[in-house]
Amino acid sequence: MTLDPWVLAAIGAMALATYLTRAGGYWLFRVVKPPPVVRAMLGYIPGTLFVSYVVPALASGGVQQWAGAAVTIAVMAATRNLAFAILGGTAAAAAVWAAS
Amino acid sequence: MSLARPRFSRAAVLAGARASLPVQVAVIPFALVCGIVAQGQGLSLAEATLMSGLVYAGSAQLLALSHWGNPAPVLAAAFASFVVNLRLALMGPVLAPWLDRLRGWRLWVSLFVMADQNWAMSVGQMQAGRWDAGFLFGSGVLMWFVWVAGTAAGHLLGAAMQPSPGHPLFFSALAVFVAILVTMWRGAADVLPWAVAGAVAAGMARLMPGTSWYIVGGALAGSAAGVLRDRRRSPGQTA
Repeated sequence: MTLDPWVLAAIGAMALATYLTRAGGYWLFRVVKPPPVVRAMLGYIPGTLFVSYVVPALASGGVQQWAGAAVTIAVMAATRNLAFAILGGTAAAAAVWAAS
Repeated sequence: MSLARPRFSRAAVLAGARASLPVQVAVIPFALVCGIVAQGQGLSLAEATLMSGLVYAGSAQLLALSHWGNPAPVLAAAFASFVVNLRLALMGPVLAPWLDRLRGWRLWVSLFVMADQNWAMSVGQMQAGRWDAGFLFGSGVLMWFVWVAGTAAGHLLGAAMQPSPGHPLFFSALAVFVAILVTMWRGAADVLPWAVAGAVAAGMARLMPGTSWYIVGGALAGSAAGVLRDRRRSPGQTA
């Protein structure tokens, strides 16, 4: 149960930087009324944000990630159930991992 | 008219917690991995738990921990957290129709517990015409508890588990994002922005390894492509 001052400082700085992004983006948009172009872009943000997260991860991944993602998408599209999709995809990834 | 709609009801807080249960289960391996990595980098149980409680951002914590040292790299860790989490600055404004109706601690705590997963579920609720920000708060607070407890458990497991980098445990975190992506598909109009986002993100990730600019870069490029296309199709409209 030790607390190193440098580690504490790093954690505090990380926490501050992270909350700045969480609250700062929203706060900025409330103070500075965004032009219509920016508001139209916000409608596309949810999808493109997750695409930008997933595609590079899959591009640098291997058969395990590709099989897992394919099964996740298939199960999610068929059942619309998050739990089934995550379990199915992870099971597929584990199957590839065990076989290799 | 919107005044008659609940802003922050107990029912919505509970509904958010309940609806997010599948996601919470998928957060557990992610939290365990974070605790295991923190233990491997020499953080004490108290330090690892404190980090998850105050920072509460898995990918940022993992990136910062992968470049840890002694003494702890204060500026580098803060900068990494800021860049990885810039996407959160884009996410908050999307929920403005909900958040604008909140005041005081409800607003600032709701923003604190806003993470990718419960934000995505809240966007779905908002698009379905529900108006109660309690959903974001309830799902977020529960995820915060799961995240902090999971990190502590991972730290304790630490030396005992030592999963290899290719362990399928790590895939479950990605599976959450892939599954959420399916729910965000709205039709053919998404093809162009998504393709641009994926291409830009993949290119940036390759050009700037070890950073996370690619998430924000891909999202902005893809969204801009979608808006430009819409404007060309109907130049009379402002958006």
